Amino acid sequence: MSVAGAWRTRRQRYALVGEICPDCHRHIFPPRDVCPHCSQPAGPLHTLSGRGEVYSFTRMHHAPKGFEQQRPYAVALVKLDEGPMVTAQLTDVDLQEIHIGMRVEMVTRKLKEEGEEGQILYGYKFRPLMATGD
Amino acid sequence: MRGVSIVGIGQIPVGEHWDQSIRHLAYGAVSAAMQDANIDRADALYVGNMLSGILLGQEHLATLIADFCGLRGIEAAKVEAACASGAAALRMGYLAVASGLHDVVLVAGVEKMTDTPSGSTTAALATAADAEYESAHGVTFVGLNALIMQRYMYEYDVPMEAFAGFSINAHRNGAHNPYAMFQRPIDLETYRNAPMVAEPINMMDSSPICDGAAAVVLVPTDRAREFVTGHHRGPVRILASASATDMLAIHDRRDPLFLEAAHLSSQKAYLQAGVGPEEIDFFELHDAFTIMSALSLEATGFARRGEGWRMATEEEIGIRGRLPITTMGGLKSRGHPVGATGVYQVVEAVLQLTGQAGENQVPDARIGMTQNIGGSGATIITHILAT
Repeated sequence: MSVAGAWRTRRQRYALVGEICPDCHRHIFPPRDVCPHCSQPAGPLHTLSGRGEVYSFTRMHHAPKGFEQQRPYAVALVKLDEGPMVTAQLTDVDLQEIHIGMRVEMVTRKLKEEGEEGQILYGYKFRPLMATGD
Repeated sequence: MRGVSIVGIGQIPVGEHWDQSIRHLAYGAVSAAMQDANIDRADALYVGNMLSGILLGQEHLATLIADFCGLRGIEAAKVEAACASGAAALRMGYLAVASGLHDVVLVAGVEKMTDTPSGSTTAALATAADAEYESAHGVTFVGLNALIMQRYMYEYDVPMEAFAGFSINAHRNGAHNPYAMFQRPIDLETYRNAPMVAEPINMMDSSPICDGAAAVVLVPTDRAREFVTGHHRGPVRILASASATDMLAIHDRRDPLFLEAAHLSSQKAYLQAGVGPEEIDFFELHDAFTIMSALSLEATGFARRGEGWRMATEEEIGIRGRLPITTMGGLKSRGHPVGATGVYQVVEAVLQLTGQAGENQVPDARIGMTQNIGGSGATIITHILAT
């Protein structure tokens, strides 16, 4: 990702800042100009809770360039409690214990290092929901 | 609108062509198609390609190919729609002839994927997904399909080996296709022993990284007979050409287990052609991964939701089955040079419809359907062809 691109999307990656559609009242992530549900102009920013459950997952044995060091790692589709689904890595978890329906919460982690000269990209991953803090 | 027919086809063997550059690959297919149609000139050349810029540092590709093929002065442009680039280029050619603007159009699909290390090629393929919200998280293209397959198996209680039949069928057919990358059959044991790529997708669920090129020549149907030479049984008409999209990212789809764009484009195609799924004699579907075969069959009206995997048997999808699919090996065995795949599918459909499919000839093949998928299902282009 370009430096400008990483800067533009920082609020999404660091804090799951999305929107609520003023017309259909559904949560949207990431923010868009047009609501994907009702096609009306999308609404004010809203920070998602970061909690949800695993809708699906995969354990990656082959990694794309820039992610080789992290292998093997798990990527999931996480269905957030407010409705939107996100694609993200799972972390702080035994890869064999991941299952569909597992409750998870967002944490901030290093996503990718782009080499000596490049930036270090941080963003959301999800870990099993801690018992405390509810 | 005029009717559009295919009067020439060309293809090169799919494989790892380290001795040939992308221009040579394209020339092989374009020259064969021109020879087949007995033409030395065309009004335009549309090239389907996904990765020439990112992998080869070569854009302006169609002009380079026109130049290299001796077509100086011709209109030329590259068409890109990820893995559906080939069918997108075909549709561009179809529109150009149907509209009456052009009479003779060349359509080529070409991809060169083996000049770069596999990690770079894998990362390049992932550009079909949302760069900021999918690929940035380290998910590959295989990974995205694995997310769909895992959920499918969970929701419909499907065992993993249920998908093996799609690969076995593809390889059984590819074994008799001289242009296929893997010309050998596999069995259930091969599938069971295949290493994992992104669970639950193993190597035998996946199509390979490879090089290839295919081309066709399009003309108005009312002029098709002028171009058809002795070795053809006849020209092949394009009865329908339809394209549709879905949300780019899987996580934004209404239902990640339903290929809405396949449903929309196939319904448009059925309507345009005036046929239904029951009249399709064979179906060249986009088996980049076995899960895509199941989902394609469901979304295009051949299987109920959650039951596409039940068709993975020889009785259903074999050459003499109820609905033969991937009749020349499909993406799995013929290979998946991404931007070329959509044109290979059509070349193979023409072979079937003109009785040139050899050992793999589908008996009495009169109407064939091809379907090319871009990304994890976000662009899906359907063509229906007939003699």
